[in-house]
Amino acid sequence: MRLIILEDAGVVADWAARFVLQRITQFAPGPGRHFVLGLPTGGTPLGMYRRLIDFYKEGRLSFKYVTTFNMDEYVGLPRDHPESYHYYMWNEFFKHVDIDPGNAHVLDGNAADLVAECRRFEDLIAAAGGVHLFIGGIGPDGHIAFNEPGSSLVSRTRVKTLAYDTLEANKRFFGNDISKVPRQALTVGVGTVMDAKEVMILITGVHKSLALAKAVEEGVNHMWTVSAFQQHAQALFVCDEDATLELRVKTVKYFKALSEEHQKMIEGVPVDEQRVIH
Amino acid sequence: MKPKSGLTRFHNCYILRDSKIIKEDLWIRDGKIENPEQVFYVEQLQADLTVNCEGLLIAPGFIDIQINGGWGVDFSYDSDNVKEGVRKVAKELLAHGVTSFCPTMVTSDVEKYHKILPLIKKAEGGKHGATVLGVHLEGPFINIAKKGAHMEEYIRTPDKGLQTIEEVYGSLDNVVIITLAPELPGATAAIKELTDLGIKVALGHSTASLAEGEKGVECGANLITHLFNAMLPFHHRDPGLVGLLASTTKNQVFYGIISDGIHTHPAALRIASRTNPEGLVLVSDAVASQGLADGNYRIGPQLVTVEDGRAYVTGTKVLCGSTAALDACVATFKQSLDCSIEYALEAASLHPAKALGVDNKKGKLNFGFDADFVILNPENFKIASTWIAGECVFECDKK
Repeated sequence: MRLIILEDAGVVADWAARFVLQRITQFAPGPGRHFVLGLPTGGTPLGMYRRLIDFYKEGRLSFKYVTTFNMDEYVGLPRDHPESYHYYMWNEFFKHVDIDPGNAHVLDGNAADLVAECRRFEDLIAAAGGVHLFIGGIGPDGHIAFNEPGSSLVSRTRVKTLAYDTLEANKRFFGNDISKVPRQALTVGVGTVMDAKEVMILITGVHKSLALAKAVEEGVNHMWTVSAFQQHAQALFVCDEDATLELRVKTVKYFKALSEEHQKMIEGVPVDEQRVIH
Repeated sequence: MKPKSGLTRFHNCYILRDSKIIKEDLWIRDGKIENPEQVFYVEQLQADLTVNCEGLLIAPGFIDIQINGGWGVDFSYDSDNVKEGVRKVAKELLAHGVTSFCPTMVTSDVEKYHKILPLIKKAEGGKHGATVLGVHLEGPFINIAKKGAHMEEYIRTPDKGLQTIEEVYGSLDNVVIITLAPELPGATAAIKELTDLGIKVALGHSTASLAEGEKGVECGANLITHLFNAMLPFHHRDPGLVGLLASTTKNQVFYGIISDGIHTHPAALRIASRTNPEGLVLVSDAVASQGLADGNYRIGPQLVTVEDGRAYVTGTKVLCGSTAALDACVATFKQSLDCSIEYALEAASLHPAKALGVDNKKGKLNFGFDADFVILNPENFKIASTWIAGECVFECDKK
């Protein structure tokens, strides 16, 4: 695992976007050779999307041969509801770039058969040849996608009932009325993300610092599902200074000392070799 | 090759939607405005054609519900080549961002109505010209005391309500608005009968008291014709038709305003718009000399001299009526009122659409609406291009 500690959320956004740019560019996607990207929603990745849109507008990056899979979606929320992840992805990313609509996959929380929808999503990922890079954010309780505390660490895409804390935290988006917050969501499983060749987790802000500490310093634990990525061969955590507040000084110093080397490696070494040069 | 989606996407633009100017692309297909999010996720299609708007603003096309003519054409006079006249004005209006209009006939003799009215048919717009929504008949059921420029000898009262009206006009098939004075004998019944037929009744050229005006509104009238002009001036004991702006009638009353910088004082514009902001409808009330170059003309029975774009009765300084097209009215209105760009534009698009009851398909850039719009510079309201049903019908020289 690598931990990249950067100054603030803005720098994290820029760094993550440049990382995606590099990954896609080196892969050299083309007809019949798509780069497959897993995507999150939420406040943390917003800055990254904006930078990616800039890269597209500057002509440095195209999504024409990129296939995307989003992590999750609420159940029963209209697609054009401002809190739906379809709405988020369309407004914050898809409509600004040249991605082919047929290649942008978001779980359909309004599908008649939700179980079949989850299976279809897993099949689509398999048919695309697996995910090259899965990007994720985490919740303050260390959940990745909607894999809330206690989720199986080998789980696959499924219907998940949301924790009361999550409803409580989200009610501000639904007129402060907890009864309006969807109680279920479709989400990729921890296992689904684990299958990606590479995983990048973005963590910013003080309120995520305990989760980062649990993810990095303690053992693999289903109560902090993001800790599962300790067992991933190519996992990268990118955080800001604020998110390190609950880490031990020793941990921060250790990763900061390595950081320069890691960053050089990420920039200079071809992606294929990065798997063997750590 | 991918199948053609038929979609056009306008990007690098701002659009006026839900009374706000937002940075957003506009998508159209088959003459209608599309929901691109739906197209993306459900149909999974991309646009065939992308139009770069270079940072300009897209607004709903202008709708002029009161226009007597222009470019030498007078809808009330030239009974020999009516169709040609309407076609000419419809075509010229495109350069002014007008995508729909109501050709307006002033008080005329019965013979003229019977000859001209059947020839001005409702017609879809396109490259040939703006959409004809239907005729606006201003008079002859008006009050002689407030006749303005209307010919006294033809003025009538609607004694027997709709019966008299049909006797005078003939078929009402092509008519969408009738301006009349509510205080006339038979007017109340006529308003009820006309509005039952789906024709909008506008109150004007009238000495009506507020009570008479309110009676008219209760009977179904929903418009006031060129507010302040040809009606009693506002009086605090009986505010007259002007008082309808603040009266407690159940339905929204709309009112036409000529904002050419001459017909209505800016302070009067502000009083009206602050009292009843949603009801304000910009109209050009333009006459035949609109759009003519400086020079001498014979328009109908009259000799007209155009100087610096203003039309005078030849040899006098008497103005012959408004010569400003609706785009110029919007610009003057914005400047006089110091209102928002959004409000000025909606006063010439959404408000007239609501007044006519066509705001389920025109006057907005919402999904499913007719793709009638203008691309303009929000600084000076200069029209870059005009579109009807998704087709570019006018484009300004880029020199």
